[in-house]
Amino acid sequence: MARLLEVEDLQTYFFTDEGTVRAVDGVSWGIDEGETLALVGESGCGKSVTAMSILRLIPNPPGRIVGGSITFDGLDLLNVSDAEMRAIRGNRIAMIFQEPMTSLNPVLTIGQQIREAVQLHLGMNDEESTQKAIELLTMVGIPEAEQRIQDYPHQFSGGMRQRVMIAMALSCDPKLLIADEPTTALDVTIQAQILEIMANLSSELGTAVLVITHNLGVVARYADRVNVMYAGQIVESGSAVDIFKNPQHAYTRGLMASVPRLDDTEHTRLATIEGQPPLLVQEINGCAFRPRCTKVSGCNCSTTKENNPKLVEIEPGHWVADCPCCMTVN
Amino acid sequence: MTTQSATTQGQSEAKTGETLLSVRGMKMYFPVTSGLFVQRKVADVRAVDGISFDVKKGETLGLVGESGCGKSTTGRAILQLHRPTEGSVNFDGTELTELKGAGLRRFRRRMQMIFQDPFSSLNPRMSVAQIISEPLAIHGLYKGAERRDRLDYILNAVGLNPTYARRYPHEFSGGQRQRIGIGRALAVEPDFIVCDEPVSALDVSIQAQVVNLLEDLQSQFDLTYLFIAHDLSVVKHISDRIAVMYLGHIVELAEADELYLNPTHAYTRALLSAIPIPDPIVERERERIILEGDVPSPLNPPKGCVFRTRCTKKDQCKCSDTVPVLEEVEPGHWVANCPCCMTK
Ligand SMILES: Nc1ncnc2c1ncn2[C@@H]1O[C@H](COP(=O)(O)OP(=O)(O)O)[C@@H](O)[C@H]1O
Ligand SMILES: Nc1ncnc2c1ncn2[C@@H]1O[C@H](COP(=O)(O)OP(=O)(O)O)[C@@H](O)[C@H]1O
Ligand SMILES: [Mg+2]
Ligand SMILES: [Mg+2]
Repeated sequence: MARLLEVEDLQTYFFTDEGTVRAVDGVSWGIDEGETLALVGESGCGKSVTAMSILRLIPNPPGRIVGGSITFDGLDLLNVSDAEMRAIRGNRIAMIFQEPMTSLNPVLTIGQQIREAVQLHLGMNDEESTQKAIELLTMVGIPEAEQRIQDYPHQFSGGMRQRVMIAMALSCDPKLLIADEPTTALDVTIQAQILEIMANLSSELGTAVLVITHNLGVVARYADRVNVMYAGQIVESGSAVDIFKNPQHAYTRGLMASVPRLDDTEHTRLATIEGQPPLLVQEINGCAFRPRCTKVSGCNCSTTKENNPKLVEIEPGHWVADCPCCMTVN
Repeated sequence: MTTQSATTQGQSEAKTGETLLSVRGMKMYFPVTSGLFVQRKVADVRAVDGISFDVKKGETLGLVGESGCGKSTTGRAILQLHRPTEGSVNFDGTELTELKGAGLRRFRRRMQMIFQDPFSSLNPRMSVAQIISEPLAIHGLYKGAERRDRLDYILNAVGLNPTYARRYPHEFSGGQRQRIGIGRALAVEPDFIVCDEPVSALDVSIQAQVVNLLEDLQSQFDLTYLFIAHDLSVVKHISDRIAVMYLGHIVELAEADELYLNPTHAYTRALLSAIPIPDPIVERERERIILEGDVPSPLNPPKGCVFRTRCTKKDQCKCSDTVPVLEEVEPGHWVANCPCCMTK
């Protein structure tokens, strides 16, 4: 498969009164065409900032992409004009966020909003776009779409609004869909509906998906590959099977062990990761996981910037940050 | 097979142990009023619509279901924070729905609550010491120097450094605030705690810390829990038995493993299949039941079986307008006996 998106050594910082927040601090990764990649990690580790950097939606001030490059479909995204970027957003790169209510305009009907999107991106006239809106709503499973296009967002449930967002996002046949916690605010049976619609449509259309979530079950169900983020960096990257069945970094293993599984047959105590993720206002030298690593007492990993862990490929396609204490020694 | 009548029948003998709490036919309706000059009741929100279950001493009963199905209302109505519209709540031999004033206050000490949101459930202007001491003052427990000792003891028990006592909630992380909330509940030596989504707002590694703490405290202090959550994996981990709620009704109640291995109500099966297991190889093989549509409004619930609008068999469904009752299909395994929703 061809590379669709390539992120290289991306650094996105926020310059705040408290200091410089190194929200994303030198990450490199990519997505192939048609692939579903999950970005996982606990809150504040830089997942959304990564997504917003790709979309060039980092609020400036206080934020700025201070280093690295993002290449999408041959385009150098950090150097295209604002107008070009606006044309790419919502068209070749579509997005869905956690709370659809804030992404929909409350004073326009659902139909008006879908029509506006498809008129803008697909150049359709009024009648064509109305037909398209009905077709899209039907496709995402909204019954009586002919009537429902006259409703306002508040007349839709949270799950229906998120389906509208998916319909709009996929209406222009994007090459990449970025979904940031698309179902976190929804109930589990609705979450299952939405994710299933998203997965089916993206595989039909061949859309690559970057899905951001803290739900490891969702990752296991839908992702081809997984990037595990911790404190603004990627600590492990690999296929879903690599990450779940053969996790190598202490943080990844800690995460896996701390979630109870529905199919656990006996009661074992949950593993915990003691402490909390570091604040990103201090520059982290050496391994960011060090304060929570259980091997830290016997560990002689370096705390100098020069020796910051780097991703090494331990088996084809499976990369781990090479901190000597965090990596499993087989 | 036996059928549970709402007022008399107890739980099965599958797990022996003394009953601490017994809820029978409990309803909690909230009136919806309208009118410019005179407020007239125009409808009821049927938040809880006739539920019955027992909680045994020392056990954890899990309560799962999607938002709005009545879980929190159930917890609050048991504690008499809402006075039930109908039905009985018997706690350790005393009928709580008939208690008032000082009598009720005495029982309130024995029944505490932990909330989901560690951010809004703590008063930002009170220090940790004040938050945990307040219930002691209300119930006149541990006076003077004893109260300070009690505070240190509680902080240690919930894994907080006693030197934090003078700090304020905003100085703590989400997990630490949840520990403060647990400490406040624990301070008055309760027997029973309603844990209302206590870990839902926390990240997984912190969630595990709090789940383990709740388990440790349960064995250390002989606590009985009603553990409310929408995440069935967490509920299954911590609970001995689980009740599944849908639109104000309990549709299934069984031991945790039994519920996972033999889910019998169509809603339970859909709920289980909707929860992905963090294992890509297991996930590839798993059955998916995708429910259509949304949960109906509790203002105007479907007649008869409340699940009928989303039931996958609704086209062939011949269920009548009679409200299903819980039926014991295996010892200790109760299912709402709608003919189309039950698998035989
Ligand atoms: N507008 C902003 N101003 C300052 N800091 C920010 C801003 N947006 C995000 N951050 C910081 O960047 C870090 C990463 O945030 P984010 O990417 O949103 O995390 P998550 O992994 O939960 O999506 C956090 O420490 C957050 O506080
Ligand atoms: N004080 C109240 N007044 C009116 N309606 C309420 C009140 N509390 C809860 N409800 C309604 O009762 C139903 C059940 O709510 P709740 O018990 O909070 O559900 P859950 O905890 O399962 O999400 C919901 O429809 C909710 O809107
Ligand atoms: Mg985020
Ligand atoms: Mg609730």
